[in-house]
Amino acid sequence: MAKTKRRSVLKLAGGAALGGMAGILATGRTPAFAQQKTVHWLKWVDFVPATDQMFTKELMPAAEKDLGIKMKLETVNGNDLQPRITAAIQSGAGPDLIMSFNSYTHLYANSVVDMSALAEDVGKREGGLYKYARAICSDGKVFMGMPWAVIGGMIAYRKSWWDEIGVTKFPDTWESYREAGKKLKAKGRPLGQTLGHTFGDAPGFSYPYLWSWGGKEVEADGKTVVINSKETLESVKFMTGFWKDAHDEGGLAWDDTNNNRAFLSQTISATLNGASIYIESLRKPDQYKTERGEFLNKDILHAPLPKGPAGQFGFHLLQSNMLMKYSKNQDAAKEFLKWLHAEANYRKFFESQKGFATPCTAKWESDKLWDVDPVMTPYKVAARLGQAIGNAGPPNAKAQEVLSKYIITDMYAKAVQGMPAEDAVKWAESELKKVYAG
Amino acid sequence: MAVTAVSGADVRRPVPRLRRLEDERWLAMALLLPTAVLLGLFIAYPFIEGVLLSLTSQRVGVPGEFVGLQNFVKIWNDSIFRTTVWNTFWYTGVTTVFKLALGLWLAMLLNRHFKGKALVRAFILLPFIIPTVLSTFAWKWMFDPTFSVINWTLFQLGLITTRINWLGDPDLAMTSIIVVNIWRGVPFFAISLLAGLQTISPELNEAAAIDGARPWNRFWYVTWPLLLPVTMVVMLFSVIQTFADFQLVYVMTGGGPANATHLFATYAYQLGIGTGLLSEGAAISLAMFPFLFIIVVVQLLYIRRVEIR
Repeated sequence: MAKTKRRSVLKLAGGAALGGMAGILATGRTPAFAQQKTVHWLKWVDFVPATDQMFTKELMPAAEKDLGIKMKLETVNGNDLQPRITAAIQSGAGPDLIMSFNSYTHLYANSVVDMSALAEDVGKREGGLYKYARAICSDGKVFMGMPWAVIGGMIAYRKSWWDEIGVTKFPDTWESYREAGKKLKAKGRPLGQTLGHTFGDAPGFSYPYLWSWGGKEVEADGKTVVINSKETLESVKFMTGFWKDAHDEGGLAWDDTNNNRAFLSQTISATLNGASIYIESLRKPDQYKTERGEFLNKDILHAPLPKGPAGQFGFHLLQSNMLMKYSKNQDAAKEFLKWLHAEANYRKFFESQKGFATPCTAKWESDKLWDVDPVMTPYKVAARLGQAIGNAGPPNAKAQEVLSKYIITDMYAKAVQGMPAEDAVKWAESELKKVYAG
Repeated sequence: MAVTAVSGADVRRPVPRLRRLEDERWLAMALLLPTAVLLGLFIAYPFIEGVLLSLTSQRVGVPGEFVGLQNFVKIWNDSIFRTTVWNTFWYTGVTTVFKLALGLWLAMLLNRHFKGKALVRAFILLPFIIPTVLSTFAWKWMFDPTFSVINWTLFQLGLITTRINWLGDPDLAMTSIIVVNIWRGVPFFAISLLAGLQTISPELNEAAAIDGARPWNRFWYVTWPLLLPVTMVVMLFSVIQTFADFQLVYVMTGGGPANATHLFATYAYQLGIGTGLLSEGAAISLAMFPFLFIIVVVQLLYIRRVEIR
């Protein structure tokens, strides 16, 4: 029998072990049994709590089962998304997928993966992507984010109070809206609108208001500042009187939640908002009752912002999901997004929102969900009416800077605080010129 | 007992390294090293990084290039920045005066003997102990445009007929954040000055009293000069903290209405994070530095003069 030397046994064992390790290191992959990938998705805390519950209980486990990956869903307050994105990009580590609001996509364009293939595919399958979603998520060459949903902003109003002043059809022009508001304010039921530094409702009102008068930030070249126009000036002058006549003047300090509280506690008769006021009143019908003791949710209707001389517009919160360039799980994250946008899966999200979120493709406009509750029906066209910031230029990083600095909102805020309209517009012009020149 | 003879050659000399530590200079350096490393890592390094960042055109995800002082020129021409500078000085100045006056008053009261002294002293610290964000949210509710409990009280007392727009009016918004800052800062002044008061021997005051000095004179000629070094240090800390305040304004007003309450830190955040202009945000943060540096140097010189005297 051949003698087995101790040394040769060690050599063999060591060789095998080293070979194995070297092989693993060379491929940069862990062995198959430990290969389950984790996709980390960071999104906002949904204003509809049922949606986040549905994600945790249904969609995430289903994705894990179908795709063989591990999902990590993290939710943060909408205002905290940007600090997280900045920290993640600068450190080169963080969630694989991050939810973007509006033009964040343009702001972080260098740090995201192109989602064109999936976006075009979903668009083709679902009757076409809305222009609004395309403008915000794509720079014409690549899709910086995968369009997810539009949180429509509509005016929620108290039907009975408007009936009482003889207005049975919601005003469709600024003049008639102001007239009605004047009557309502005289009865201690003013219109409620924020002109404060808050991400949603303030620009959601001030931008479409400006556009409806024909005011523009810049020309289509995205450089020539044209805010100081007759149209803008008219809009500012109208706003100062409108504010005094019809609005709750505390609105200068409101954040995105103040108008919800004011409406639900019946101190205002109308306010621009997502559907969250109505949804909250549906959720707690016994808590929110009218002065006659009836359910408040039976007395709420929605309408789009009125028209101005140049038309009717909306600026809604458009959400998309960005696949980050630093992600080491890009393939798995892409697979997950593809899976999430499959009709059956996306429908679960859509239905859980009950109309709070409008999908970015045309097909969903005719979905039967919009017939379930007529109060929610106006939201179905939110994405269609939407226009992106930076008009008439692209919604790029410059336009986002103007938005982040609240220049358009502050132009109106300064005027209603007493600054002459001409000066407020000139101030906005000088600020815009600094932004667009840089 | 057996004694092992040790030959002379086996005696080990002390390791030179250890011997070096016998030298006080080396020992001091060795003991200072951990602190120096910590300061270097968490203060000096970020500061230098901040300076370098402010000299580039870096945006989030875009490395940018060296642009010299361009960012500083840009912010200098920015009307919002100029408003911010004015706001910060006003905010710091007014709050510091009030915090000092009220803190000193409170400290004098707390220095007396009364029943439940320890309990009161502990309670006084509450505004300082509660996390600022939490207490500021409570204040935000109190100043709420619709549901302000302050307005409600004034209305019930018949002092007002319409609501006061605390956070919606530019001047009132600034006043509101100043009030909250004073409320939060007074305990720090009170407790620190109380500690200072307790180091002053009561005999000095008694002697002055025997000589016929009235309470105000006793305070002005005995207590105040002895308390001055402590007061200056407390003010130094407070000025630095107030100048760089962020959370309070961010929660209460977000810098609004129409930038009326922006401070250096909130505007730097708005530009750096909200707009992704990291380099400009860094430039705004650094613009604080020369102002603070001058204030601190003047105060430190003054402290030294007071101490020598």
